[in-house]
Amino acid sequence: MGAEPIEKVSIIVSKGSFDGIYPGLIMANGARMEGIEADLFFTFFGLDAVNKARNESVKVASVGNPGLHVATWLGGFPGMSAVVTRKFAKRMDDLDFPSIPEFIEMIHDSGAGLYACKASVDLFELERDDLIDEIDDVITVGEFYEKAAGGQIIFT
Amino acid sequence: MTTQTIAGRDVTVDEEGFLADPAQWDDEVATAIARDAGIDPMTDRHWQVVRYMRDTYLSTGSAPTIRSLGKASGVPVKELYQLFPKGPAKLAARIAGIPKPRGCI
Repeated sequence: MGAEPIEKVSIIVSKGSFDGIYPGLIMANGARMEGIEADLFFTFFGLDAVNKARNESVKVASVGNPGLHVATWLGGFPGMSAVVTRKFAKRMDDLDFPSIPEFIEMIHDSGAGLYACKASVDLFELERDDLIDEIDDVITVGEFYEKAAGGQIIFT
Repeated sequence: MTTQTIAGRDVTVDEEGFLADPAQWDDEVATAIARDAGIDPMTDRHWQVVRYMRDTYLSTGSAPTIRSLGKASGVPVKELYQLFPKGPAKLAARIAGIPKPRGCI
């Protein structure tokens, strides 16, 4: 007999970069594809993924990102981040990855819950209307733990 | 791989119940697999998804992703999850008699 299957995941997205946001979205969508219950909780710069003014301009960091194997002086060149992001976005589109706004809409349609962190919303002086319509609620960390009960918590 | 009798026919399936040979499939096999997975009856909307998946697999060699299913099958993502609550892509592929989709999205 194998281990008990995972039935529920609560995924926290805390970073606002392209590579900070996608993994959490892929894991949430992947969970729903397997029939696993999933909630997404956006906190700190991760809020950019659900901020109407920012969710279409999320970038790959071209400085301080050793994984890119680009020299720091070159990564700091004006427009480098945009160029690198475009390259990734193009490659991902070829592989049928949706953009961040479309991906989040898809995850919402799959029945996953989408929540924004109240402390972060306050910190960035945002209102509910600044966030995309798919957000189910703005909740406290305590409410997050209540919702996460009985499942696995994944921090990204 | 094992041989199973589904809807009175001997078919070869893998460990997860996906048909090894799509040619061993027909509507009755599909209905029996669906019933076994808790989908009874198969509505027109279920068939629409299942046939779209099968046609895509047979013509391209791979099963569609949920994203392209939602865009091109005529059944939106929200409804896909209502029709196949335990995971639309995999369950519809199993009912459609094609191999398990291996995409991450």
